Amino acid sequence: MKASSSLRSKTYLLILSMVTFGPLGNTLLGKGMKQIGTISIRALPDLVHMVSKVFTSGTIWLGMISLLMFFISYMLVLSWADYSYVQPASAFAYGIVALWGRFLLHETITPTRWLGVLVIGAGVFVVGYTHPRTTEHD
Amino acid sequence: MLWEVVLLFLIVIAGTSGELCMSRAMKTIGEVKDFRPMSLLRVIARAMQVGWMWIGFLLMIVAFLALLGALSIENVSFVVPVTAISYAAGALGGKIFLGERVSSQRWAGVALVCIGVTLVIIGRN
Repeated sequence: MKASSSLRSKTYLLILSMVTFGPLGNTLLGKGMKQIGTISIRALPDLVHMVSKVFTSGTIWLGMISLLMFFISYMLVLSWADYSYVQPASAFAYGIVALWGRFLLHETITPTRWLGVLVIGAGVFVVGYTHPRTTEHD
Repeated sequence: MLWEVVLLFLIVIAGTSGELCMSRAMKTIGEVKDFRPMSLLRVIARAMQVGWMWIGFLLMIVAFLALLGALSIENVSFVVPVTAISYAAGALGGKIFLGERVSSQRWAGVALVCIGVTLVIIGRN
């Protein structure tokens, strides 16, 4: 009983970590890239210059660390929880990334876009509740 | 506009192809049943010997660089939801390249994702 409760807490904690760090990582990457400006590559030196700007940005490194945290949480939780149980959690990520974009980056989001995000979340949720294995195995 | 389309296309196609290649590599290895650290390291070492894993890894890097490019010109609240179209690409790719059976419920979910992505595109500022 205690082991089951501990497993449940561990699962919720890692799903919380996934839905926090995934959208946060994307938001930080967005903020970092906006600080750098539009990419314009016409020759090889432009590419080298752009890559050096990207990889010396603290915000982008924070974004990459957040996405790494998301990936580690995802892999860990999949080692004991069912894919079909974990995957619908990613449906929330689309809503959270829109919220981060609105309140952290002050992006303008039209009502149609909010509706689109909600419908995408519903679609991902439905996909997540289908059976994870569809091919025959021995 | 053309760059945006090219970058979004790269995120979806390179990202989904990368995941499909990695999935194919993992299916070659077989189901992982032992999650002890040393066993997982052995699984990773075996995975690295499969060519599909390396192709998948390279494609994922291309998708990540395209994501950075797209985020430099568009809002994160536009780019991330639009890339959900990869659920449709994944379902099609899984069916065509991996021989997976995609249930009608999963197609319904994919259809909802496509409607949502269309709404996000229509709702651009």
